[in-house]
Parts: sequence; C-alpha cells; structure tokens
Amino acid sequence: MSEQLITTAKELTACQEKFQEETNRFRARVMVCSTGCRALGAEALSKAFHEKLAAAGLEREIAVVETGCHGQCSRAPLVLIEPHDFLYGPVKVEDVEEIIQTTLVGGQPVDRLCEMVDGKPTPTRSEIPFFKSQSREVMKHCGSLDPKRLDQAIALGSYQAAAKALTTMTPEQVIAEVLEAGLKGRGGGGFPAGMKWQFCRNAPGTEKYLICNSDEGDPGAFMDRALLEGVPHQIVEGMIIAAYAIGASKGFVYVRAEYPIAVEHLNIALKAARAHGLLGKNIFGSGFDFDIECRMGAGAFVCGEETALIASLEGQRGTPRPRPPFPAISGYNQKPTIINNVETLGNVPRIIAEGKERFASVGTTGGKGTKIFALAGKVRNTGLVEVPMGMTLREIVYNVGGGVLDDRPFKAAQMGGPSGGCVPAEFLDLAIDYDSVKSVGAIVGSGGLIVMDDNTCMVDMARFFMEFVQEESCGKCPPCRVGTRHLKDILERICAGHGKESDLDEMEKLGKEIIAGSQCGLGQTAPNPVLSTIRHFRGEFEAHIRDHKCPAKVCQGLYQFVIDADKCIGCGICAKNCPTTAISGEKRKAHAIDQQACVKCGVCNEKCPYAAISKV
Amino acid sequence: MTEVSTGHAGEPHVHRGEGCGCLAADLAKAEAILAELSPVDSGDLIPLLQRLQEAYGYLPAEVLSEVSERTGIPLSRMYGVITFYTQFSTTPRGRHTIRCCTGTACHVRGAKDVAEAILHEIDVEVGGTTADGRFTFENVACLGTCFLAPVVMVDDEYFGQLTPAKARAIVKNYS
Repeated sequence: MSEQLITTAKELTACQEKFQEETNRFRARVMVCSTGCRALGAEALSKAFHEKLAAAGLEREIAVVETGCHGQCSRAPLVLIEPHDFLYGPVKVEDVEEIIQTTLVGGQPVDRLCEMVDGKPTPTRSEIPFFKSQSREVMKHCGSLDPKRLDQAIALGSYQAAAKALTTMTPEQVIAEVLEAGLKGRGGGGFPAGMKWQFCRNAPGTEKYLICNSDEGDPGAFMDRALLEGVPHQIVEGMIIAAYAIGASKGFVYVRAEYPIAVEHLNIALKAARAHGLLGKNIFGSGFDFDIECRMGAGAFVCGEETALIASLEGQRGTPRPRPPFPAISGYNQKPTIINNVETLGNVPRIIAEGKERFASVGTTGGKGTKIFALAGKVRNTGLVEVPMGMTLREIVYNVGGGVLDDRPFKAAQMGGPSGGCVPAEFLDLAIDYDSVKSVGAIVGSGGLIVMDDNTCMVDMARFFMEFVQEESCGKCPPCRVGTRHLKDILERICAGHGKESDLDEMEKLGKEIIAGSQCGLGQTAPNPVLSTIRHFRGEFEAHIRDHKCPAKVCQGLYQFVIDADKCIGCGICAKNCPTTAISGEKRKAHAIDQQACVKCGVCNEKCPYAAISKV
Repeated sequence: MTEVSTGHAGEPHVHRGEGCGCLAADLAKAEAILAELSPVDSGDLIPLLQRLQEAYGYLPAEVLSEVSERTGIPLSRMYGVITFYTQFSTTPRGRHTIRCCTGTACHVRGAKDVAEAILHEIDVEVGGTTADGRFTFENVACLGTCFLAPVVMVDDEYFGQLTPAKARAIVKNYS
C-alpha cells in the first residue's frame, strides 16, 4: 500500500473500504500459517502455492496469504482456504497441486487432509469440535491476515476502535468502559485493568509510560507470542487506546529475545503504523501524541515481574523493587507507568469497538470475557484455544482438546506455570475462572494448560518446577534464593529413592516461609507447584519415600527394565546397543538384564523390535 | 595507515585497514554501533550490549572497556548486567547455538532424552562450546512452541516433535 497519512477517523474508514475492495478482488484466499507452522515447513508450502498458482494462471484470482496462528497446532502445518472455510493439515508440498485442483478449481474438499470427526472427514473449520466450543474473540483475526501488512489489518477493522476512543471519548470515558467491562489482567495477576489505569491517570505528573509485557516466560504459555506474531496491529491499537487513557506519550513492548518472529512482525507493524500517522504526533487529529519502542529481553524469567521488567528497561539487573510505590505511581524512570500483558491489550480494541456490555456478556462473576489457553502436553489437539471464562476443565481437555493422547487416563492439568499448580482429575468439572482455580491451589495465570496422563510423575513435575524457579530466582531475597534450592534438593532426593518420612512436612513448612519472605511474585508463588502436588498427590510422594517406587515409572532408579522371556526371540539387538553390556543371553534364546549393571538409559526398550522389554 | 595499540601488551602495531584482524579493526564495529545509538546513556545498556554481542558473537573484554570509556557507563555496571542475563556471554561462542527447550510440555514429552542425545553426539556440557567451535549448547526455559514438543532451536530455526534419533540427525547437518 502507498504510504499515505491517515489523519482522521474518516480517512481511516475510506482506507478500510479501499483495502476491503482490494481483498475482494480475489475469489479465494489460501491462508498458510507462517508463524508457529514455520518449524514444520510452512515457508516451502506458501512458496509452492505461489508457484503452482502462477503456473496455472490463477494468481490474479486466488491470493496466498502468509498468516499468523490458526490455533490447532497439532495438525501443523495448517492451511485455511477461504471463503470455503476448509482447514487442511498437516499439509505437505506434494499436496499443493491437489488442493489447487480439487478445492480451488473444483470447489471440493481434499478428504485426506481434513480433520476426522467420528470417522468422517470434516473440512469446514466451524464444524470441527476443536473450534466449535471456542469463542475466538481476541484471536478472531489471527490467521485471517498477513501480519506484515497494515492494509489487511485495516481492511478487517483495525484502528477503528482507536479512532473512536481518541476522537469521540475522553480518557475518563475510556477507563470507565474498560473498568465496567470487567477486564482483568491476563498475564497472571488478574488485577482489573481499568482500575490500574485509573491510578495512573490520577497520578501527578505529565510524563507517563505504557509498557506492554511480552516477556512470556511461563513454560507452557505461548499466546502472547502468537498474538504478536499474528495480529501485531491489534496490540499496537490496544496500546494506543491504553496510552490515551492514562496519558502516556511513550510506550515500550518488552519481548523475549527467544521470539524472533514476534520481534520481526512487531517492528514491521510499528514502522508501518508510524509511516501512516497511526503512531506519532497528533494521531487522528486528536492532539494526542504517542510512539512505541520495541525492546528485547535478555533472558531472565524474573523480568516478567513488573518492577523487575522496569529495572531491565532502565538498563539494570532485573531485580524487583519493593511495592508500594506501585509502578502506576512511580515506575519507569520514577514516572507513573502502566504495565499490561499482551492479551490484556489485545482485548482493549474490541471493548471500545463493541462496548462493555458485549464483553461482559461472556464469563462468570470470577472473570469476564474470554481467556486464551495454551493447550499442550499429553493432549490430542495441542494449540491455542480461546474459550469463555467459566468453561469446565473437562470441556477444554475433552471437547476442545480432543481428549488425552492415546486415550490414556487424565491425571492432572498443570495450570499457571511455575506460579501455579496441578489440578487433579477430581476437579475436571470445575468451571475455570480466576477465583475457582485459585481455590484448588493453582492459578489461571498466563493461561498455560499442560495435560498430564498416568505416565507423568507428579513428584518429578514438582522437582522440574523447583529446578526452574531455583535457576530463575534473581537472588535478591534469601528465602527464595536459598529456600527453592532446599526444596529442589529434597525433591531430587525423593526422586532418587532416598526420601525421608519428614520430607513432606518440611517442604510444606519451607514453602510457607518462602511465600512469606519473598518480595516479588516469583518467590511468593514459587512453592505452589510443590504445595499443590503434595496436596493432591500425597500418595505418590509416599510411594517414592516408603516403597521406593515411582508409580508412573519416570524417576530413574525407582523402576527396572525387564525382558519378557515369552516375547524375546533372542535377536541380540538389545545386547548390541546396551552401553554397559548389562544384557546377555544365548542366540535365539531369551535374554536377561543384569540389574546391577543397568543404568536405566532405556536404549534397549527403544531398540527392541518385539516390544519384549518393559518397565516395572 | 594509522598506528594504534592492539589493546594487548606488546609491540605497537601498524593497522592495515579492514580485514587486518586486529583490535582496531574490531573496534570499528563498536564505534559504528555507538554512533548509531548516540547519545548513549545507561538506560540503553541492554540494547547496546545486545548489538555488540550480535556484532562480535560475544562480548570481548577489550571492547567492553573501550565502550565503557566512551560512554561513561562504569565497567562494573556493565558486568553486573552481563552476568545477570543469560543471553550475554563474555567468552567466544560456537558458530551455531543450540537451544534445547526444557519447558513443561517438552519435559513431559521427553525433552531430557533429546538433550542427552545431542550432548552426547556433539560431546559438550550444558552451557558449553564444542572444542571445534561448531556449537554452543544451552538449555532454555520455554521456547513458546509447546505444540511442537519436544523442541530444539538451532540459531533461529525451530525443530519440533523430536526423538533422540531425529535430534542426532539434525545436528549433523551443521558445520
């Protein structure tokens, strides 16, 4: 698109109409996810579509769009065909010709690339159970546009909410709208966004800052990455509205350096918005000035905590500061500062555009609107799902997620990452919102939801999280720095089969002390994964400590590999691959493992062609 | 031709311009970055260090002292920041960086076995650089690509749904 300035709301609407017309010139569009799916070969796919469509002389009627995430990542790489609404995956370069001939020319679905529902190929996205139970509001346009193109975002209505806020509403009205909508911070805190804005608006001083927190560090959460990669203009628009509300003229997006595509797409979006006057001086002729700078994190989980993030932006070690004063009063460079999470800001444009009533019509008293969950672990449909607050865990795991992988029993869902906990099967019918999840010892947090089956050891999970927080503790508060180390040491001992009866009590006591003695959110929540697993899976801890058994057969040393003499044909492959020559036996006769020499590496199990080796 | 010190104790050195390989040639990169970011204050320290590391592959001590002198940012402050964040390295790194995701989803889907297979294949410790300078191996908390678990990133490229065998095959493709 030409770099024309958009200086009024009217010009924006004129642009939108023009860009819509340009989009409508194409009779069909091939939407290739080029963000998450890139890892599985999406770039080659879109190249193949371009080439084959050109070869068939169809490039003027069918567009190839490199989009953000479609959500159903377990079928990656995904291709969506519009207006048919056919979702194909996984798609290979070899499938491109058939898609062009059968679907784009013939109008028929390619059955073998469709999701199977009750044994029937189901091409239409809206009929796939994974999408049927979702309410894609924040992610509505994620996957429908090229994130590198401002014109496509404008065609779908981007920046209309910002124009409305800046030209027809006062900052106080914007704050009231967001406050009454009931939008809570989506990054983990769950604090009402409108209230935070109000504090900052009321804080004395004219120099104020807005920070978009994209330091998405919780293992298992990737919605912020998907939003920045897929709909960067929606986040920029949310920031313009938020900055107008609080009176900030400068904003930062603090992104993890581990997200190179998000950084690239955001920088392209910022440049385009600036070139068209959507950032800079006198936006929409309202007299409001605002610009955004993208800053990359340097690898420190603690910087997701607001005061540590500010320290990092100021070029210092990312250690948290005491609160109060809260950043809304004294933050970046001691000026009033608001820090909102990406998903929170992604909700803002639709609240302004569609009104608080529509937003608040979805959800529960414990949380309004929708929440994006990153579904991962032992679940069939891994990916990003956006559901109304109040949906039960069962609906999320079984209806949207398609159930546990290999139809194994559901054991627990880890929610909220290292600050959260494990929700066991008995709470599958819990309606998920901020308050309810807290009541069972976990948190909604940033929305990581990792499904675990009976092959997951809960003691090992607790150990895993302690290893993580111990590594990421900034070291400022000794209860966090030293306490998490102690917890980790105890858990390692239990996993190795050397646990003591007194360990559980000691961990509970230590956990409470770490919570009480730490300054920031990291330390105050660090023991949660341990405390919640002790609460819900005490028996499993006891099995490790008393019986020296790991029921899930994960903890090395607490299980053995054995060879089933009936299945073993004596081929000798296991013995040949064993690194410690622990396996012996005569040719064509059942082999045996010397348990003293075995190091439990599992190579024999991996190599046996007759599945004769198992863990007991 | 200008005569400059190499920054090391030793003979005065005659600079042969670009491609000379001496510190003066190297410092030109830092100068260009400083000029671009000018005026540099301590608030810009992290982006500055990121740019320097990108240019040099790591943060050489000579470059840091020169930058400290030019900007007035104390060396102690710079090292405080460098040692806090995992991204920064003060020793030369491998030509390729392998980042092995150790996030929750990867953990439950067997990331440990994948990591061990790679470590064994390239013969290095976590956080270390191979003797031939080919790879630096790092564990990373979460790459945010949990649907691909277990995941490994080599430089800026993702590899997902790995098994120990697949992982071994991937690292063989890098030289």
